Amino acid sequence: MAGIPHDHYKPQTSGERWVHKRLPVIGLLYDTIMIPTPKNLNWMWIWGIVLTFTLVLQIVTGIVLVMHYIPSTETAFASVEHIMRDVNGGYMLRYLHANGASLFFVAVYAHIFRNLYYGSYKEPREITWIIGILMYLLMMGTAFMGYVLPWGQMSFWGATVITGLFGAIPFVGESLQTWLLGGPAVGEYTLTRFFSLHYLMPMILAGLTIVHIWAFHTTGNNNPTGVEVRRTSKEVAERDTLPFWPYFVIKDLFALAVILAVFFAVVGFMPNYLGHPDNYIEANPLATPAHIVPEWYFLPFYAILRAFTGDVWVVIAASWITGGIVDAKFFGVLAMFGAIIVMALAPWLDTSSVRSGRYRPMFKWWFALLVVDFFVLMWVGAMPAEEPYASISLIASAYWFAYFLIILPLLGVIEKPLAQPKTIEDDYATHYAPNTGGTTTVVNPAE
Amino acid sequence: MTFQKILRAGLVCLLFAPGAALAAQEGEGGGGHEESHITDYSFSFEGPFGSYDQMQLQRGLQVFTEICSACHGLRYVAYRSLGQSGGPDLPDDQVRAYAAFYEVFDESLLDGEGDYRPATPTDHFPESSLSNAPDLSLMAKARAGFHGPYGLGINQFVRGMGGPEYIVSLLNGYTGEQREEAGAVLYENTAFPSGWIAMAPPLYGDDVSFEDGSPTGQVDIAQDVAAFLMWTAEPHLAARKSAGFVGFLMLAVLAALLYLTNKRIWAPYKRKAEKMPAE
Repeated sequence: MAGIPHDHYKPQTSGERWVHKRLPVIGLLYDTIMIPTPKNLNWMWIWGIVLTFTLVLQIVTGIVLVMHYIPSTETAFASVEHIMRDVNGGYMLRYLHANGASLFFVAVYAHIFRNLYYGSYKEPREITWIIGILMYLLMMGTAFMGYVLPWGQMSFWGATVITGLFGAIPFVGESLQTWLLGGPAVGEYTLTRFFSLHYLMPMILAGLTIVHIWAFHTTGNNNPTGVEVRRTSKEVAERDTLPFWPYFVIKDLFALAVILAVFFAVVGFMPNYLGHPDNYIEANPLATPAHIVPEWYFLPFYAILRAFTGDVWVVIAASWITGGIVDAKFFGVLAMFGAIIVMALAPWLDTSSVRSGRYRPMFKWWFALLVVDFFVLMWVGAMPAEEPYASISLIASAYWFAYFLIILPLLGVIEKPLAQPKTIEDDYATHYAPNTGGTTTVVNPAE
Repeated sequence: MTFQKILRAGLVCLLFAPGAALAAQEGEGGGGHEESHITDYSFSFEGPFGSYDQMQLQRGLQVFTEICSACHGLRYVAYRSLGQSGGPDLPDDQVRAYAAFYEVFDESLLDGEGDYRPATPTDHFPESSLSNAPDLSLMAKARAGFHGPYGLGINQFVRGMGGPEYIVSLLNGYTGEQREEAGAVLYENTAFPSGWIAMAPPLYGDDVSFEDGSPTGQVDIAQDVAAFLMWTAEPHLAARKSAGFVGFLMLAVLAALLYLTNKRIWAPYKRKAEKMPAE
């Protein structure tokens, strides 16, 4: 098998040998759990476990919720209230599931920005990165459809607005929208197909999780220095790494316990803080809420969607060039999906040979600005579409694209990176042997 | 400040951002009317350890029954839940007697023709009798009283969503002004988002008299009924809080143990790099 050289599983007992000869499943688990992991990983490398746990939490609570939920426009809202009032522990199941979606996105954004800072998307981890982006898209689809299921006001109107985006696609848009909705407007068959897909997509997500883990177990983990683990021999590799079990399993579980403690406090004491009050009003096609706003985790991309109005010059130019096929609405849709696509292309847009942002003096400030930009987009996404928010969201959206399309390619050319440690072992030595005088004198400006 | 610190600060922001951003929407959703004014009344069920005041819920039930129920319904609330602990906690015979006070339509009677019969504890409260009177089962969760400055959600984080506060403020927010619009009379109200509400002032003070001699001022009974409506919206609040607390506590203990375990297993590798023991 490819990957960092390490000890492989050897069946010890006759029973193990019997199984191993027929199905090497124990060996597979052993190799997965004992993978050599760079020993200098910091606390930003815990989100994978948090995400895996959250996926399981969502599937388990979801399976039980489905037993009591009735997917019909007549009964959906009432059945959710039935869960909240009459099902044993139903209020906890539902609040865990609803807030679990938020936990999922907090973790995934931390995970994504970790990758963007430490250059984890770069060669040879492009496939891990692309699969990750696909998983993120699936998560968004799943969360969006799940939010429709309680059939509250925000469910209904959110679904109306978002599926309306597909209607903006030229030529096929209207047919596509009708096909998605199962009818001319959001109704009975929208709810049933969203329910079906809300159940299907997490299963695909679980499958992709395995592929994602497989991919980075082949390339090995990235680490805060971005320097690869040496693979010349098992002994050399062991100087850079420690096995995943128990060193990183226990570390990750500790971080998970802390995060879950906060999560349980939110679920127990303020479960509706992240929800919209309007969703406690049953869907009413005749009454539009004053402001239709998506869940917090969609806000940055929602802001990008709304930023490109008809009076922005790029929109006017696009419309003129395409002879009016690309109008402002369609441009917004393209921008929203484009914002994720440029992120997916980061491995090829980033021209720097240095992986970790730690050794890139200019990059780190542009990256910090990107993080700020993300929060600004989240904030303006929640604001009404009027000045000054419209201008702010346009500037913030422009920066998002500029970061990936201009700054990343350019920095690789003009930036003079700092000296990187030769090996992970050297980097580790600078942290944990301050009194030995050490052979390595790598300056680490990030610490 | 080093860059790592900035990164960490950013992470902390990320943890708080959802709330902030989300509450921003509440700000937009509920607060269209600039002058809408919500007073922060205090309730026994606020805070991590707050629970419903049983007596207040019973008074609120009385206010609802005598005044609100003339127009408004509670379709998601079953009479039997009036006997639940953590709620009004009425004794069984009182729950039965209270239910029997209402009539429900039962399709199984008269050989499938259906007929009215007295309600039993398993039946639900009736729906609103007036078409434009909203059902009140979930009203206390369907309204956010507090919004953040510039939509940052800070107010909600500190003071709660403010649903019950909104109800009390609304019931006491009438200015006495009224106008006619398209044949309907609208009343000016300082808490209502648009400023003009179709509901006539329902409370004037001393509208009910309580057996336990509790005060019956306009604000007092408004608070009683708001507390009752919070209970109808979230009947398992006490159980939820205790589950959250137990969960938090156990996870905190688990985290502490895992912290010590982690420190222990890493100890050999976090001392001197040159004298690293063999693996």
